[in-house]
Amino acid sequence: MLQQIEGSHAIAESVARCRPEVVCAYPISPQTHIIEAIGVMVKEGALAPCEFINVESEFAAMSVSIGASAAGARAYTATASQGLLFMIEAVYNAAGLGLPIVMTLANRAIGAPINIWNDHSDAMAVRDSGWIQLFAETNQEAADLHVQAFRLAEELSVPVMVCMDGFILTHAVEGVDLLDQEQVDGFLPPYEPRQVLDPEDPVSIGAMVGPEAFEEVRYLAHLRQLDALDRIPEIAAEFAAMSGRDSGGLVRPYRLEDAETVIVAMGSVLGTIKDAVDERRDAGERLGVLGITSFRPFPLEAVRQALAGRARVIVVEKAFSLGMGGVLATDVAMAIGTTTLHTVVAGLGGRPITRTALLDMLERARSGRLDPLSFLDLDEGVIARERARMATVRRSGPFAENVLRDLGRPREDPA
Amino acid sequence: MSETRVHFYQVGSFAVGNRLLSADERTVQSDRRRTNSIDSGHRACQGCGEALGARYALDAAMQATGGQLVAVNATGCLEVFSTPFPETSWQIPWLHSLFGNAPAVATGVAAAMRVKGRDQVRVVGQAGDGGTVDIGFGTLSGMFERNDDVLFICYDNEGYMNTGVQRSAATPPAARTATTDAVGPEPGNPFGQGKDLPRIAMAHGIPYVATATVADLHDLERKVERAMSFHGARYLHVFVPCPLGWGAASSETIHLARLAKETGIFPVYEAEYGEVTGVTKIRRPAPVTEYLRLQRRYAHLFGHPGRPDVVARLQAMADANIARYGLLATEEDE
Repeated sequence: MLQQIEGSHAIAESVARCRPEVVCAYPISPQTHIIEAIGVMVKEGALAPCEFINVESEFAAMSVSIGASAAGARAYTATASQGLLFMIEAVYNAAGLGLPIVMTLANRAIGAPINIWNDHSDAMAVRDSGWIQLFAETNQEAADLHVQAFRLAEELSVPVMVCMDGFILTHAVEGVDLLDQEQVDGFLPPYEPRQVLDPEDPVSIGAMVGPEAFEEVRYLAHLRQLDALDRIPEIAAEFAAMSGRDSGGLVRPYRLEDAETVIVAMGSVLGTIKDAVDERRDAGERLGVLGITSFRPFPLEAVRQALAGRARVIVVEKAFSLGMGGVLATDVAMAIGTTTLHTVVAGLGGRPITRTALLDMLERARSGRLDPLSFLDLDEGVIARERARMATVRRSGPFAENVLRDLGRPREDPA
Repeated sequence: MSETRVHFYQVGSFAVGNRLLSADERTVQSDRRRTNSIDSGHRACQGCGEALGARYALDAAMQATGGQLVAVNATGCLEVFSTPFPETSWQIPWLHSLFGNAPAVATGVAAAMRVKGRDQVRVVGQAGDGGTVDIGFGTLSGMFERNDDVLFICYDNEGYMNTGVQRSAATPPAARTATTDAVGPEPGNPFGQGKDLPRIAMAHGIPYVATATVADLHDLERKVERAMSFHGARYLHVFVPCPLGWGAASSETIHLARLAKETGIFPVYEAEYGEVTGVTKIRRPAPVTEYLRLQRRYAHLFGHPGRPDVVARLQAMADANIARYGLLATEEDE
């Protein structure tokens, strides 16, 4: 039923219809509204049988999920940013054990400096953990992806992280068409674990694996990720047949047919990028967009096909690897080989990615002035001033605070 | 009819031979139908107190639950020596996740059993002292305060033995470890540090807290059985000597555990809902030197010139335990 609803509440409703059995909660913005809403439903008895556990940390949230999943329950939790980093040891462990936990990651920057707003640094920090990572472009897609995520996770015994932009999506109120319970029940069968702690059939789970087998065990986990490359589009197609909605899949092409320049991105910024592309298309420029829905596993072949023969590829990403450059761009470079590739780091810590800035960036690309690695909307002046301070004063102080102080000083009247 | 109290003095150990007891008073371990929850063939060191403690505790828990038991294990010696795959010693469902999260994982297992309508399946979490008092302390305290239906057992050998005998917050003062060497003016582990986890557990007000040693099998099994009669969070702290880490003869494990109790170094008691409900009295008081001298980790305290001042401080700590818990036996206790 189509309704006007906050993104977080749409996710809570969607997860509720997946009949979770153990839900762990630890508050961190901007995911908190999700688990609050699920907590109400559990306390009312609407989700019975379901255990809602208020834990003392994100590390415990993932650990309780591990125990619940290993004992055969459908487990769900949500986190963001520092919370994801605090649970990271258990995040790797859940994947290594092959436990199909589903987690919402309300993407948020990582400190220091502390910042609660959106970027993708948190998701990138666990890119190699063995979790499937799906990025939602809209709240509708985020809601739909959760239903697909449980199906995918449980089929493959791999945990799935649904990434949605913090605040931009989680706190946005817009129309979302939620599946009804019968539709979800028809799409998502009850969880049948591959491994379970059962006194009737005792197994040991989590033994030490030495050099004789570790590589093979890890390779098997890799193969399950590759299996996901097949299953993600198949499940999305089944979902579309059931719901009539095109949600999920590996990649999401937009106006690619004759595009010379293609912009690659993930998450909610795709909407803004499409607007900018439409505007310049109207002016005669041959632009297209490739949204990446499945970041892990990374759809190398689909990206390669979508970008083959393009004159220029621009990756707009909300994270970067310090001292190196783009993270998503590195993966895209793996796919496309020699095509000219630009990385544009944008939207860090919640900075808006505006159409104006994108249009300016595209103009620089067209005129050959876009560097291989650039930072959208970067305030060069404040950086130059802080670099100068650092060069001249040994005890120049904490640089984050220096920048804030610099930005807060009274401006000279331009007139 | 007059009654004569029987004193089971056998080999100076106060151990009670099962053959002197009626069938229903004998230990689970003495029963050939015991489950061998952790079976023979594992790779623990000779004389390992933890292997003994785990077998005693889990077999008793299996008995108490009619075989409906799941064990969650923290990283550590017990985890490593029991599962050299393709071999495993575990005859019960067993899960190892991480070093610091066993209490939380156990919470998850218990929650899953409830939602699956399998309330009869009970959960035991277990860890060494490092996994309990240090790295797992946060998740343990969380499990306690939520009163999750988990029995958590700490096998306390007073240090990080799996990684090569380093100091933990359960390492006693003056003990030499690889990170508190017997050098300098204050050799060994400093005084005035460490955590008394049974008392911290009691402060959570959970239904049941008990301490035990591998020297008193009857007491240990009874406490496991008692623990399993409660629902909610329960904590059992078992004193398990480590021949390797303590520099003691493998044959001295039980002797050392008994001396720890008899000297007052390790008070053996139980508590319900935060109040002590029973203590195991000292039967034959012994000075701490009797316990310390058997262990190379205290060797720097003896010899010439030795450190009688440090030994005196350790004796004072034992005396304080004796006073706090009323550990000295009276005529009536006999």
